[in-house]
Amino acid sequence: MAKGTVTIQTDRCKGCGLCIQACPQHVLAFTEEFNARGYRPVQLDERAHACTGCGVCAVVCPDVVFTVYRQPARRAA
Amino acid sequence: MNILLEHETPATDLDQMEIVYQRPDALTDLATHYCPGCSHGVIHHLIAEVIDELGIRSHTIGVAPVGCAVFAYKYFNLDSCEAAHGRAPAMATGIKRVLPDHIVFTYQGDGDLASIGGNEILHAALRGERITVIFVNNAVYGMTGGQMAPTTLAGMKTTSSPAGRNPLTQGYPLHLTEMLATMPGVAYAVRRSMHSVAETRKTKKAIRHAFTAQQQGLGLSIVEILAACPTNWHVEPADALDYIRDRMLPEYPVGDFKVSEGLGDRRLGD
Amino acid sequence: MTRELWKGNEALAEAAIRAGVDAFFGYPITPQTELLEYMARRMPELGRTFLQAESEIAAINMVYGAACTGVRAMTSSSSPGISLMQEGFSYIAGSEAPCVVVDIMRGGPGLGNIQPGQADYFQITRSAGHGDFHPLVLAPATVQEAVDLAYISFDLAFRYRTLVLLAGDGALGQMMEPVEMPPMRTPDATQPDWALTGAKGRPPRTITSLYLDADELASVNARLQEKLKTIAAAEQRWECFMTDDADLLVVAFGTVARIAKSAVRAARAAGVRAGLFRPISLWPYPAPVLDGLVDQVQGVLVAEMNAGQMLEDVRAIVRGRTPIRFLGRTGGVIPMPDEITNELTHMTRVNHRTNGAGMKRDVE
Repeated sequence: MAKGTVTIQTDRCKGCGLCIQACPQHVLAFTEEFNARGYRPVQLDERAHACTGCGVCAVVCPDVVFTVYRQPARRAA
Repeated sequence: MNILLEHETPATDLDQMEIVYQRPDALTDLATHYCPGCSHGVIHHLIAEVIDELGIRSHTIGVAPVGCAVFAYKYFNLDSCEAAHGRAPAMATGIKRVLPDHIVFTYQGDGDLASIGGNEILHAALRGERITVIFVNNAVYGMTGGQMAPTTLAGMKTTSSPAGRNPLTQGYPLHLTEMLATMPGVAYAVRRSMHSVAETRKTKKAIRHAFTAQQQGLGLSIVEILAACPTNWHVEPADALDYIRDRMLPEYPVGDFKVSEGLGDRRLGD
Repeated sequence: MTRELWKGNEALAEAAIRAGVDAFFGYPITPQTELLEYMARRMPELGRTFLQAESEIAAINMVYGAACTGVRAMTSSSSPGISLMQEGFSYIAGSEAPCVVVDIMRGGPGLGNIQPGQADYFQITRSAGHGDFHPLVLAPATVQEAVDLAYISFDLAFRYRTLVLLAGDGALGQMMEPVEMPPMRTPDATQPDWALTGAKGRPPRTITSLYLDADELASVNARLQEKLKTIAAAEQRWECFMTDDADLLVVAFGTVARIAKSAVRAARAAGVRAGLFRPISLWPYPAPVLDGLVDQVQGVLVAEMNAGQMLEDVRAIVRGRTPIRFLGRTGGVIPMPDEITNELTHMTRVNHRTNGAGMKRDVE
């Protein structure tokens, strides 16, 4: 089970890729599809289970597309 | 609307997790008009997070600038108004003087604050107005298409300095925050940068200090933020962060130029 | 109520205070400085806001900010300072922030001088900044009238969410006259439903003049124009002096109008049936009243301390029905009563020859 995860408002993502570069676990990648704005949004890739819910993506995201989740156990640690 | 994509954690797992970050209350639900990778969006959510954490949203009034952030008033979920170009510190003065118990902040770019609004910020600082100024420095006029600003680097090519800014004829980069730090009326004057996660987090803490300085009535607080403008710098968003680090920082070092002795939020560190 | 001797500028300030002004932001400039100085003394005594700004630009933007919170905010200046405030006037008009501005006019253009003038007529009545709007412009002729108009100015500003401009000149600002001051009003505790007071328990409010969508801005302008029509219909103010049987009509405002009164009396003593039409509201111009007077007279004399600005409004109203003669004084020179009387006498002789000093012409 992943220690954390994110949900992504892909319709708002402008595909700047700052989160992909910043993610310490390298779990983010661009989709192949375009969103309604014409950008290729980010998604969790096949390494999604490695997400720790650290929230770095949310820190650097200019468009506030991330909601970040974490396992309570990890938070207490 | 949140869309769960193919590889995301299944929704059942979300029920067992707790939310550690979500859209701040102090932001409206509106998508911004900013270009991909523009720092304005990040700075907006940092400010909104600080406003939420301090619990001041319902008595905060924002003053938006002219420039790329002209619609800032649409993005912040609080009372706000739209100033004439450069006049935000004067408008904020008018508000703060009649509503001294409210929190008033201006959000201004480098053209707005350091060029056309030079006099207004200088004298608001001189009077020690209890306002907070978020000064976004990306070294160009963004909204009008990338012209030279007072903060444009020497040699930097812009649409109005196509051969590169020549300080001998077009002036040297302006260090406005350092200037303001010399004034007794200024309680907090620092420069931060958006070029890395760590620096972005420090920026947020500085914004928190700035609002705290206002709450304590210490004087004017200003946070200058080195920000990326990938569009007008003609670079990719990720490369724009490197541009801040490699080009902007040598001219505009981050640092605390003035921190009032009375500022009571030091436990947060820098 | 007792009558006391008041200087024009100080009387204006005290009247605004008694009308409940909450905040004054200003910048020194002759010949209005006593107004600012008076506010500097009185406002803190009353626990109200006074601030000397770094410029007229800052002053009007401070007024703009304070006005956005729903308080009674004002500034005062003189011609060159009013020029600097035009940017703020335009934003204030676009965002419908109510406020009061006093213009104690002096000679121009440029730095001009500090003598009385009326050459701001165009800049304050036509638009007073970029975009389509008019401030509500009131032009008192005596210190008492300045007090009375200042006293109602905030009511007008808030009723219409508009900029109210009190237009005097250096003579009015500097002269001393007996005045009956109105009583101190209790400040209005109710807050307007558009004011920025913090989004506590209600959705956020925004005050802006920015509408990027063409249709949206067009509809905002349509609404502003409708409001101007309402103001134009409801807020015309004027004085008719000895016009009932007048053959010749002097049209003058402010200081020149009170001089013209003496001239009208003198002309009548010499057998010339003259009268005076004095617009008190310069915008909206009391056109229907003047229009009604035109058909009964054989000529109109427009007298102003400028090179012919209100003259254009008068011409548009007269529409060639009767001859118009113009007496203009610039540079801060105040026309004397006998100059105006001489013009009236001259007009009875239908003699177009120029006489005496000053800027005179038969217009049409």
